[in-house]
Amino acid sequence: MTVEALRPKGSGSIHPGTGASHARIWGLGGFRPERVVPNSELVEAIDSSDEWIQERSGIKSRRWAGPNDTVVSMSEAAARDAIAAAGIEISQIEAIIVSTVTHPYQTPAAAPIIADRLGLRCAAFDISAACAGYCHGISLANDMVRGGSAKFVLVIGVEKLTDFTDLTDRGTAFIFADGAGAAVVGPSDFPGIGPTIWGSDGSQWETIRQTESWLDVRDQGLGHPTIGMAGQSVFRWAVWSMAPVARQAIEAAGITPDDLDAFIPHQANMRIIDAMLKQLKLPADIPVARDIAETANTSAASIPLATERMLREGEIPHGGLALQIGFGAGLVYAAQVIVLP
Amino acid sequence: MAQSTQEILEGLAEIVNEETGIDTGSVELDKSFTDDLDIDSLSMMTIVVNAEEKFNVRIPDDEVKNLKTVRDAVDFIAAAQG
Repeated sequence: MTVEALRPKGSGSIHPGTGASHARIWGLGGFRPERVVPNSELVEAIDSSDEWIQERSGIKSRRWAGPNDTVVSMSEAAARDAIAAAGIEISQIEAIIVSTVTHPYQTPAAAPIIADRLGLRCAAFDISAACAGYCHGISLANDMVRGGSAKFVLVIGVEKLTDFTDLTDRGTAFIFADGAGAAVVGPSDFPGIGPTIWGSDGSQWETIRQTESWLDVRDQGLGHPTIGMAGQSVFRWAVWSMAPVARQAIEAAGITPDDLDAFIPHQANMRIIDAMLKQLKLPADIPVARDIAETANTSAASIPLATERMLREGEIPHGGLALQIGFGAGLVYAAQVIVLP
Repeated sequence: MAQSTQEILEGLAEIVNEETGIDTGSVELDKSFTDDLDIDSLSMMTIVVNAEEKFNVRIPDDEVKNLKTVRDAVDFIAAAQG
């Protein structure tokens, strides 16, 4: 008995998606909660001082979300700001990528709710790449616009870290803060987003993590989990492993360090920024993001917030080239050169 | 090739000086990095990474907390050099 070979029903081919030749960031927006929290408010719980905190982190103050500020509400505010800056209508957004680790629901994601707040029914999903999430989102959006999946993509980095911070933990209490940043990525006549250099090292997954799994919280009757960090290990990895990644992103974009108009690393700690600069040996006249002094570490929101501030304050030029690099829990990282909107 | 305690101490003192500005003569074997030399955890990590390069040894993150005095560091480096 012979068996007939299976054959496809039709021709076996499908129509390819048609995207833009290039993509760029059209506009940036940010939301900084109203409440400013100086170091003096935190020192008692960690038996510390303003000077001690500034020496170890460069942080002078931070913003804390108010009782009515949520991951969703902060995202909506940043998104509306970014869409206005991009000069497009909200209805033109065809996909939303939200990077966060502090949306307080295991499911559903924050992105569909944010879409609904904006009056949209477009594709909307969250990604979990911690402090590197925004740069992951920009990479995905770049590929989506060029691949034809969406014409305009809204990328949001948002955290309400204070919901997951132990204010008696000397390693994190003064580091983490709240905020949202957003970018609109759309079609372009020129390459506006360089190749992304990204990767992970899951062998170091415990370095920055939720202190207990949800199952341990349930089974052992533990209290609300927080995010803990092995600061020294993070410092070593961030400085000596990320500087080569930053250099690779510059090379992949086909430029030299002298072409850069801005260096915008994740705002983790001023000491990391300074040590990374020493390793990178960038030209001294390149503006470096130091938003951390007044914003602290807002994880996924830190790069768009810092970029938005530098543009608004005239520190960096529209149309200039910026190197951005995110790195964090996972451990994961992503870096790319972008054209500033 | 293994170096003498004195050679390692001198090399380490230079690294400490470069990171913190502390006079090399103050980096003595019985000094505590934190209590006597007032070196914080992030500066300590910078010193560790620079020592790895200078002495061609590997100092894992978990070991760093055990290096309380200059002597601890010198002994660790000497042992690692074998």
